[in-house]
Amino acid sequence: MRFGFNFWLGAGLTALVIFAGVLAPWIAPFDPVLDADLMSSELPPDATFWFGTDAQGRDVYTRILYGAQISLTVGIVSQVINSIIGVTLGMTAGYWGGWWDDLVNGLTNVMLAIPSLIFALAVMAVLGPGLPSLLVALGLTNWSWTCRIARSSTLSLKSQGYVQAAQTLGYGDLRIMFTQILPNMLGPILVMATLGMGSAVLSEAALSFLGLGIQPPFPSWGSMLTDARQLIQLAPWVAIFPGLAIFLSVLGFNLLGDGLRDSLDPHMRTRKP
Amino acid sequence: MTAALLQVDDLHVRFPISGGGLLGKGRRMLHAVNGISFSLAKGECLSIVGESGCGKSTTALSILGLQEPTEGMIRYRGQPLAGPGAPGRMQRAKAVQMVFQDPYASLNPRQSVRTSLAAPLRLHGVTAASEIADRIEAMLANVGLTTEHANRYPHEFSGGQRQRIGIARALILEPEIVVLDEPVSALDVSIRAQIINLLLDLQEKLGLSYLMISHDLSVVEHMSDRVLVMYFGQVVEEGGWREIFEAPAHPYTRRLIAAIPDPEKALNSPAQENNVAYPSSLKGRSFVSDGSATLDVFSAPPPSELIDIAPTHKVRVALPLAAETW
Amino acid sequence: MTAPLLDIRDLHLGVALGRSAHHPLLKGVTFQIMPGEAYGLVGESGSGKSVTSLAVMGLLKKPLAVSGGEILFKGQSLLALPKRQMRRLRGNRIAMIFQEPMTALNPLSTVGRQIAEMFVLHQGKSWGEAQKLAVEALRNVRVPHPDRRAKNYPHQMSGGLRQRVMIAMALACNPDLLIADEPTTALDVTVQAEVLRLIKELCAERGTAVLFISHDLGVIASICQRVGVMYAGCLVEENETRALFDTPRHDYTRGLLGALPRLGSRSQHGRQRLIDIDSIIADRSKLTETRFIAPRGAEGSKP
Repeated sequence: MRFGFNFWLGAGLTALVIFAGVLAPWIAPFDPVLDADLMSSELPPDATFWFGTDAQGRDVYTRILYGAQISLTVGIVSQVINSIIGVTLGMTAGYWGGWWDDLVNGLTNVMLAIPSLIFALAVMAVLGPGLPSLLVALGLTNWSWTCRIARSSTLSLKSQGYVQAAQTLGYGDLRIMFTQILPNMLGPILVMATLGMGSAVLSEAALSFLGLGIQPPFPSWGSMLTDARQLIQLAPWVAIFPGLAIFLSVLGFNLLGDGLRDSLDPHMRTRKP
Repeated sequence: MTAALLQVDDLHVRFPISGGGLLGKGRRMLHAVNGISFSLAKGECLSIVGESGCGKSTTALSILGLQEPTEGMIRYRGQPLAGPGAPGRMQRAKAVQMVFQDPYASLNPRQSVRTSLAAPLRLHGVTAASEIADRIEAMLANVGLTTEHANRYPHEFSGGQRQRIGIARALILEPEIVVLDEPVSALDVSIRAQIINLLLDLQEKLGLSYLMISHDLSVVEHMSDRVLVMYFGQVVEEGGWREIFEAPAHPYTRRLIAAIPDPEKALNSPAQENNVAYPSSLKGRSFVSDGSATLDVFSAPPPSELIDIAPTHKVRVALPLAAETW
Repeated sequence: MTAPLLDIRDLHLGVALGRSAHHPLLKGVTFQIMPGEAYGLVGESGSGKSVTSLAVMGLLKKPLAVSGGEILFKGQSLLALPKRQMRRLRGNRIAMIFQEPMTALNPLSTVGRQIAEMFVLHQGKSWGEAQKLAVEALRNVRVPHPDRRAKNYPHQMSGGLRQRVMIAMALACNPDLLIADEPTTALDVTVQAEVLRLIKELCAERGTAVLFISHDLGVIASICQRVGVMYAGCLVEENETRALFDTPRHDYTRGLLGALPRLGSRSQHGRQRLIDIDSIIADRSKLTETRFIAPRGAEGSKP
């Protein structure tokens, strides 16, 4: 497979986030929670504190490394849940049609009508704060667009000759959906998921800010950013670095998705000699 | 005459069309197929010709089980192939297969040729890897490809080669009947001859029965044993290829034949089209339509009957009461 | 001898790939169309017949570019013409009809208005006058109830009617040249026959020259006086229609003619195996080395 520059840039940024998260315990110079020291609070970046320190005197660099764990988990897990729900509902609705299609369409429209943050808030209110309920809440809120894309792709793919051929060859409905339809709509679904990863990271920040997400003192980029709200003029680095981390990781996810879509397109695939 | 392999009796297909009115008020029925009957014998090529919207594709889809008939019976070797008591997809797959018109849309771009040929075999209980490989190799040889081609993906092939792969896929389960849906009309002119020759060779070699859907009458004349002419969901004329092309009896058939852009005809004498007299057995009868006016697809067609004018030649005429003589 | 209306001389055209690479699509195409003549270009997909017409219309899009040769229309070089003047020519002196009329018509405007626009744009007529002329134009292409049809939107018409509207638009300003690119391929055979007859009769009546592009030899034969056969970016054979069909001289032309079943040949000769073009042509890459261009008015070609 051949990948373009954008793919490699996206893969590089994503890899950076993964490395940061996975290797945080070994490469972080401090502890993200325990090494609070009010004497060294709000220090600008220097040789010891690369990204400076926050109001409690904790190393921003360390907290960003640990925050990557949260962002990655939230981004990936919530999008996996979203995609599974969206694709299953959308594909079966598009393929079978009838009352099932009407039902799924109605459900999708209801989901789209409720602001996703409000819905996530409601779920969080029921489940209580914390990472697991955050994952469930974000996983249940954003599947409607994926569902719509899966449904419309299925509708157009259903009329393709090879899907009809599979029917005449005796394939069952589920087999047709998984071998003939799903592989041919992975591109847009993947793009949706990567875009969703970015927005999940942002939603996590919002929920954490409202006190329903990651509970302090554990670091997540969103909560760091909201903590930095009051300090933005005094100690801009406290806001800049988590913001930069969010920006670069969202950019990385998107470029990765675009690049993957291009390379998954079989027209770009060349046969090995 | 051999017993019919496929027997279609009084097939009707109607689709509900929402007329745009609120609460489904404007719901109307689109009459796609209005009672057609025919039989297909072993080793025969029967062509259904007609223009877009005449119901020829819907008829084919019904036989393939991709479209549920509203009324009527489709039997394969005496057993129902559609409706209640019909076999599932698995049994039907071994009876009828299809070659599609567009070789670019009919192959899954994400499956190699080997996968798209091996999967149906596995599904139908062929498990031994060596047998699968042998059958794929034999089938590729049949359609003029080599085993080397098996590992490639559809986009690496030309249109003609793709159509060969489509034919291989249709034949891999060894069906007796193959539906050919405009098998060459999407191909380049110089490739058409190769595919037509291949289809005729395979028919002879494997004893296949073809049901061909086409609007290209020169291809139909070349390949068919018998021809059905369809117009607005009905058969307006049925007969052997010679009867249809040498002595067309229905005005619509004549219009169709006259409309073919044939170089010989265009260069010689374009005017001698409908000069052949109508057969004497049709004296006193009239036709519902000659195909020049549009019929209403939202209601059943006007009453008419299919009458014999020769042992194998039938023509649709208006019921004697319904119209004056011509 | 009269001067040619359209004179294409050694036209080279290709896709620019990067800075220096260049993938040729036309490798030196030369032909002339006389005033009032119907000239057919026949070829398969990728033979270069459609890009030839786009080059004449000045409608080549970015990676495509003319790399050599001349296109002269009434002695004037179209390639050197400024964009503004080319636009004035297009639709006015040179008109074009396409395979799929639905994509060429504006879905948000009535067909009457779209035809009227041609008169306003190119002949400076007032809208009121143009509307009347539009109805007249629809009548000329034998659209039943032209005054009512003029108020229709494209989607309310059948494919055959839409193609008639396209023809009405194309012929609105009495162009000198009509380019028809597979105008009947998407139509049913009986409708195709009607549209072909219409193009033939209207152009003969008005003395409009036609460049007719098709993959269908039968269609070409029914409309054109002279035919050019294109293969891989080259005009490999050109002759009067009659002579080309009777005595094809190029292997490729022979292959094309033999590859198609002819109506009535089975009745006369029984079912004969169709000629597989690849069996008579050993090496397709050598096909463009020989060319047979018959001179105009040569022996064997009746007027």
